[in-house]
Amino acid sequence: MKFVDEYRGKDAAARMAAAIAQVTTRPWTIMEICGGQTHAIVKYGVDRLLPDTITLIHGPGCPVCVTPVELIDKALEIAALPEVIFCSFGDMLRVPGSHSDLLAVKANGGDVRIVYAPLDAVKLAQRHPEKQVVFFAVGFETTAPATALAVLQASRLNITNFSMLVAHVRVPPAMEAILAAPHNQVQGFLAAGHVCTVMGYTEYEPLAQRYRTPIIVTGFEPLDILHGIYLCVKQLEAGRASVENQYARAVRREGSREAQQLISEVFEVTHRQWRGLGAITDSGLGLRERYAGFDTVRRFGAAAPGATTPTECISGLVLQGVKKPQECPAFGKRCTPEQPLGAPMVSTEGACAAYYRYRRSPPHSRATLQETKP
Amino acid sequence: MTDDIDTVITSRLVRPVIEPALVCPAPINQHTQILLAHGGGGRLMQQLLDSVFLPAFANPLLNARHDGAVIELGATRLAFTTDSYVVQPLFFPGGDIGSLAVNGTINDLAMCGARPLFLSAGFIIEEGLPMETLQQVVTSMRHAAHAAGVTIVTGDTKVVDKGKGDGLFINTAGIGIIEHSLRIAPDAVQPGDAILLSGDIGRHGIAIMAMREGLNFESALESDCAALAAPVLELIHAGIGIHCLRDLTRGGLAAALIEIAEAARLQIDIEESLIPVVQEVQGACELLGLDPLHVANEGRFVAFIPAAHVNQALDIFRLHPLGQEACLIGHVQHGIAGRVTLQSRIGVQRIVDRLSGEQLPRIC
Repeated sequence: MKFVDEYRGKDAAARMAAAIAQVTTRPWTIMEICGGQTHAIVKYGVDRLLPDTITLIHGPGCPVCVTPVELIDKALEIAALPEVIFCSFGDMLRVPGSHSDLLAVKANGGDVRIVYAPLDAVKLAQRHPEKQVVFFAVGFETTAPATALAVLQASRLNITNFSMLVAHVRVPPAMEAILAAPHNQVQGFLAAGHVCTVMGYTEYEPLAQRYRTPIIVTGFEPLDILHGIYLCVKQLEAGRASVENQYARAVRREGSREAQQLISEVFEVTHRQWRGLGAITDSGLGLRERYAGFDTVRRFGAAAPGATTPTECISGLVLQGVKKPQECPAFGKRCTPEQPLGAPMVSTEGACAAYYRYRRSPPHSRATLQETKP
Repeated sequence: MTDDIDTVITSRLVRPVIEPALVCPAPINQHTQILLAHGGGGRLMQQLLDSVFLPAFANPLLNARHDGAVIELGATRLAFTTDSYVVQPLFFPGGDIGSLAVNGTINDLAMCGARPLFLSAGFIIEEGLPMETLQQVVTSMRHAAHAAGVTIVTGDTKVVDKGKGDGLFINTAGIGIIEHSLRIAPDAVQPGDAILLSGDIGRHGIAIMAMREGLNFESALESDCAALAAPVLELIHAGIGIHCLRDLTRGGLAAALIEIAEAARLQIDIEESLIPVVQEVQGACELLGLDPLHVANEGRFVAFIPAAHVNQALDIFRLHPLGQEACLIGHVQHGIAGRVTLQSRIGVQRIVDRLSGEQLPRIC
């Protein structure tokens, strides 16, 4: 299949891995930001093609994983109301709140529906004027334009029974929080290609300069990721720190102006809580005052502060890239996709789920992979 | 270390931190009610079988965990199976609930190595279902049964109140006769066995999802819904030493292989680049974040056979319309009991795992 197969070739991957090995003289630690990249790395075994001296750590780029517990609890509370049709992307349904998840709310009679696009929720609101239709707006800058479009559409059609519970987050402030932490181990970033398709990468340029950290805008196929790592290592070895675009087939420096206009028309930058990371300045998007009528929180009240029970889950450390999923004592034992202790074990983009699904036991020696190299 | 990180992050705050940032909520340990995922063909369903049904009904025939039970009556060996069909929409490209209900049960019998003979049909109909719809479904069942040479010999009809059914549910049970001496069962699989796949995967699941969710593709994708008894019987008649057969249904190729690896207590190794997936299915899976390995099929099966029989078996497959794309996808070895591994396209091996429930489309 075009645009897919050519980025999954065995020989090309082996050549790229050899090129990385050739330019690597020292140990380097690189973080891939996006959960989609984490899954591709673990699913295809990209990390196992790398020299031992390169460590990949997995970043907080899973929107499901970083949505705060109190917001999920609020979603569960609203979804259980008889007058509500609660719409969500599929990933969110299994994410545990304090005591339940959306699947259980559905089993108890809540009208919870999976939608593929936020506009589908607006259509539902049109079809069910007697119901309150609530859309759970989760995601990074990638999904924000589609969410914005839904708000604009609802506004244009004067639909009053539609609202959204907004949990949109922005990537650059999270990257800065990681870089600013004293225990930071990240020496280079693979930035999330799809986020940059929308936003471009000018926001990353000051970060790369200020923290002397190369940032490579990277795609999601195995060869994209290997290429991103190659460009990152080359910069690190040369002592350079700039933003480079590996994903040029999809990303322009300025991004998509149209999509950015949609976002800024509907949303404004706000502070936001990240599950596992805490609150990060300017890291979220909230509805502007003129669209506040579509804010679920205004309609149904704000989320109560979460009364969380401490568990052995180390998802905060995993989301910051400080620990690998298998380093958690609960991994694969008391924490599985069926009985998750934390969101990264649930989401298709969560690091713990990726390791559980594709690599139950710790990765064996990379030496065994030498034979796949030319 | 945890405290330090917490402090650093909170130092960037404008608002106070509400929760201790590094904890997660208590797990949802026990499901006190049935979730949809319990029927999804994934691990939750396995738990349901292991914790509720198998302990309640335990007996050697059931414990074999085959697609149907093989019963010996004197010198005659019969295969017996049942399945219920709750598909929505009732009509989809490439089939409908009627053809599915006939073919699905025929396939379960075929996977026991049996020639399907007789079916029962039970209908649970929701009040208000258009008579014409029922007529169409029944006609489709008649055609499917006729094409496969089976007879529907007994049945039952119940009508439930409006809102208490989803239009139409159908249960079929079937009996077939085993006319050879092969023992075809998961625990007959041997180390060294080759694994043949009868065709490309994922058509049924994607066709249904596309229709249900209103997704449009450039070219029409049809379900692979088909009766598989004919190619199976041809393999048997040609003397292929089949050890095990399994049709791919919910849970897809992955679930079928994992079930067999577990029952045989052997390891299965497959290669991603050998598994055929048509472009429409691959494209939809890329878009929705689904893995074709886990997508449902209704007209594909895997055969575990001695490696020496591979070429002959593939020749027979390819003579049949349902086996044109048949191919070798992997092998069985001692390895780790119950494990399925896949060599990815870039040449690295990983585990193939059961899904928790159904695959859920991703966010982005």
